[in-house]
Amino acid sequence: MAQRAVAITTATLVAGMVLLPVAAVLWRGGGPGTLGPADWAALRFTLWQAAVSAGLSVALAVPVARALSRRSFPGRVALIALMGAPFILPVIVAILGLLAVFGGRGLINQIGAPLGLPRLDIYGYHGVIIAHVFFNLPLAVRLLLQGWQDIPAERFRLAASLGAPVWRVLEWPMLRRICPGAFTVIFVICLGSFAVALTLGGGPRATTVELAIYQAFRFDFDLGKAATLAALQLALGLAAGAFALRVAPKGGFGVGLDRQIDRWDGTGVAARLADSLWIALAAGFLLLPLLSVALAGLPGLAKMPPEVWAAAARSLALALGATALTLALALPLLTGAGETAALMGISVSGLVLGTGYFLLLQPVIRPGDAALPVTMLVNALMALPFVIRILRPGLEGARRDYARLAASLGLSGWHLWRIVYLPRLRRPLGFAAGLTAALSMGDLGVITLFADGDNATLPLQIYRLMGSYQMESARAAALLLLALSLGLFWVFDRGGRLHAAA
Amino acid sequence: MKAYPLVAGLIFATSAVAETPTLTVYAPDYFASEWGPGPGIETAFEERCGCDLVYKTGELLPRLLLEGEKTEADVAIGFNSDITKKARESGLFAPHGLDTSALTLPVDWSDDTFLPFNYAHTAFIYDNTKITEPLTSFDALLEAPDDLRLVIQDPRSSISGLALVLWVNHVYGDEAADAWAKLAPKIVTVTKGWSESYGMFTDGEADMVLSYTTSPAYHIIAEEDLTKSAAIFEEGHYFMVELAAKLAGTDNPDLADQFMAFILTEEFQSMIPTSNWSFPAALPKDAWPDGFQDLPVPEKVLFYSEDEAAAMRDEAIEAWRSALSQ
Amino acid sequence: MLQLERLRLVQGDFELSADITITAPITALLGPSGAGKSTLLNTIAGFTPPTAGRVIWRGEEITPRAPMERPVAMLFQDNNLFPHLDVTRNLALALTRGSPTREARDRTAEALARVGLPGYENRKPSELSGGQQSRVALARVLLQARPLMLLDEPFAALGPALKFEMLDLVAEVAAENGLQVIMVSHDPQDAARIANEAAVVADGAVTPPEPTAELMRSPPPSLASYLGIDGTP
Repeated sequence: MAQRAVAITTATLVAGMVLLPVAAVLWRGGGPGTLGPADWAALRFTLWQAAVSAGLSVALAVPVARALSRRSFPGRVALIALMGAPFILPVIVAILGLLAVFGGRGLINQIGAPLGLPRLDIYGYHGVIIAHVFFNLPLAVRLLLQGWQDIPAERFRLAASLGAPVWRVLEWPMLRRICPGAFTVIFVICLGSFAVALTLGGGPRATTVELAIYQAFRFDFDLGKAATLAALQLALGLAAGAFALRVAPKGGFGVGLDRQIDRWDGTGVAARLADSLWIALAAGFLLLPLLSVALAGLPGLAKMPPEVWAAAARSLALALGATALTLALALPLLTGAGETAALMGISVSGLVLGTGYFLLLQPVIRPGDAALPVTMLVNALMALPFVIRILRPGLEGARRDYARLAASLGLSGWHLWRIVYLPRLRRPLGFAAGLTAALSMGDLGVITLFADGDNATLPLQIYRLMGSYQMESARAAALLLLALSLGLFWVFDRGGRLHAAA
Repeated sequence: MKAYPLVAGLIFATSAVAETPTLTVYAPDYFASEWGPGPGIETAFEERCGCDLVYKTGELLPRLLLEGEKTEADVAIGFNSDITKKARESGLFAPHGLDTSALTLPVDWSDDTFLPFNYAHTAFIYDNTKITEPLTSFDALLEAPDDLRLVIQDPRSSISGLALVLWVNHVYGDEAADAWAKLAPKIVTVTKGWSESYGMFTDGEADMVLSYTTSPAYHIIAEEDLTKSAAIFEEGHYFMVELAAKLAGTDNPDLADQFMAFILTEEFQSMIPTSNWSFPAALPKDAWPDGFQDLPVPEKVLFYSEDEAAAMRDEAIEAWRSALSQ
Repeated sequence: MLQLERLRLVQGDFELSADITITAPITALLGPSGAGKSTLLNTIAGFTPPTAGRVIWRGEEITPRAPMERPVAMLFQDNNLFPHLDVTRNLALALTRGSPTREARDRTAEALARVGLPGYENRKPSELSGGQQSRVALARVLLQARPLMLLDEPFAALGPALKFEMLDLVAEVAAENGLQVIMVSHDPQDAARIANEAAVVADGAVTPPEPTAELMRSPPPSLASYLGIDGTP
């Protein structure tokens, strides 16, 4: 079948785009390096924090997404879009935003101290978890929210008319389907944590594999060790992917007619109160640090150096390119095996990936010339797992519900995608494109390896400003980045929703 | 794909100039950025040489080691003395052949390959409106109450963090582990790089931050803010120097030599203080800008040679790691 | 005339055999749910390949053919219309892949008028009632112009009155256009209303079709137990 051939080709391509650079680094490093006790300790901590962070993010996302799915209030759409922002912030900006709220001199302690509340000390293992939940809760909420939206309204009506418990007959089966994938994606993101884990973890207790890779690369120039550690990350990511495939049951709901979800349960006062509380807590947790990022950026906005605008334009172009590339790679890969192949992209250290591309391209092209395309490619590879996770349930649903009708009408190949699947996937496509664009905007990534002075992206420019003591301009540039990322996300996400209701 | 024309334009714009000879200088990202010393130095040198100076940035030493003999670099600028051993062993660099007697470093320097262009001392910076009684010794810092909030950089990912562990080693020798144990409760956290730490300090999250003796100069000169000071310790401060070197395989040896010589000129050196925010390596103090002349500097300067630094690095980092992992 | 020649369908524990010839203008397949009525219909339509045996239409074997290449149009239990397309686009897909031509528009309007929905061209399915959606789906089947129409309980979600109205409409248009109809139902009343003949799908086998009235008068044991009667009239 042609479609299967395309899927296999793309999966091989993606796997190659990840494995080849890692192999190149390994080869250049003269074979695998040996790992010491500190490396194994780092590996244990990495695994632990990734599992806890992912578990907690998904667990907390359940009540929040449920509340958001069944309550309507003014500003709901804006809130959902804004809540996605932590996910796309450059790490350094997000850390400072988090500390402005949860830090020793942060908002909470400033309010709490006069009231005699015990001091909140963010630094430690719990800090790592809080920070990772801050980054990933929004993604988990969006993935689950989509799960709720995919339950046809008719089912809620049926459950209501039968007096059946909605949680048991509709929500729990949906969660069992969606949660393993959401957990895996977040687990794999957290595997690569470095600066966040270190800073919020309060020191070397919170050493991750990524830090060990950085050290091996930068100070020891031990490429063999860097590649070995990267391969280890890869194995963990793949194992997590395989786990999710095994755990998540297949199948799902029949189709509904795209009507807005009206529900007949959860109308009691207690349920309303609980939902409001969850929404308020999540919004406060996610939005206060963002607000502090925004406020810190305002004073410097007026005198922002012109180079920042140039970098912003470059980042926008990069983001759009990465989005197109990601979607082109994602659509043929919407299968279980494809999803696992795609997980490789984000499992592996960006540093090793970048170094690998550097080694591969060096004989052919000046690495500096390839900086933006390679950054685009790496961004696309990193976004691929999210995009596939977002699109797959939608495509499976569309297949299940419309494959027979489409076949009886003789729709196949491109016509099938154009007339049936792409329109059916419109909403998740918008979300996925928005996420990729925003993610790509905020990624510092491999550009630091290649940048030639005049092709800096906006996140790189923020680091440069900070490195030159220009904290105020850096904060203003961070605000610009936040606004642009959110803007991109909003445009795509909104584009997917417009007219999608009917 | 709409992005294509822009990306293509960026790619080809960098390779358009062909007739004039090109000097390729590898430099750290901060150096070549619009806010670093790079652009000023580029303009000044291009006027002298009638050539085109092009910076390539990224992780300096890893990139050079990756490229090996095939590197396009003619000159590399921005090495740190604590990691030059690896650079020297690579054999990629050639002697500069310059007379270094004009150097104004607080230590003797007689390296025939790596040429200093600026320096500073590792130091803790604080807000003098909040800490009104400055700490005058490392001992005093160790004995300070535990609610003093320090933020430092990780020696495994940051060069200034590495300088700190070498500093502690230099001051406390065999008792470095005890020193770290006393310091540990005051260390709020450890960051990946300098920028995160300094951002936390300016945000008020930390009382003191590991930085350089020259950091207050930025606030004094650029922001007219006199509240940031470096604590000067009587035990002495670890010395940080940045270096440049000529590539042995350069295609433009004459231009490269010319650039190396340019580093020691007054024109180059006088650009360093207010763009690199550090002390120039070859400029008498009376030629420094105002804000720099008055900066307090330590009387005693501590320094390890690259061999010493390389030999004790792992042990010093381990002492730091085990004390802070408790 | 449709022949199911020594047809065997095996899916895990499920097994069904059929060796019958269906000739009546409208034939009902009756039986309890889970007996395999829908699976049998899917095999005739080409969505589920049989484990063994042949499907023969007017003397010609169609077993290996893709759904599109069979003389079959089918009304599904649900999902008969694409929710994101308006009525015209939904119907025009029976005629063309591209945007509807003038001729296609005329023919869709005609089909809509025939099913009692003139002027509904620009509605989205979600703007239609359940009965109206069924009518549009029937119009689509008319436009597909296949000689064999399969009904997989498409009207099950409608109220009794509406359901009978739709069944009558099916019978009407089938007669007008000379279509043969095979319908699945778990409700003998549906069969009694429009089907000339009926077959019983139960216990892994399909009985040969016999006139519906006769079948109702003296149901075989399998049907009788399903209907909850003891077999005596």
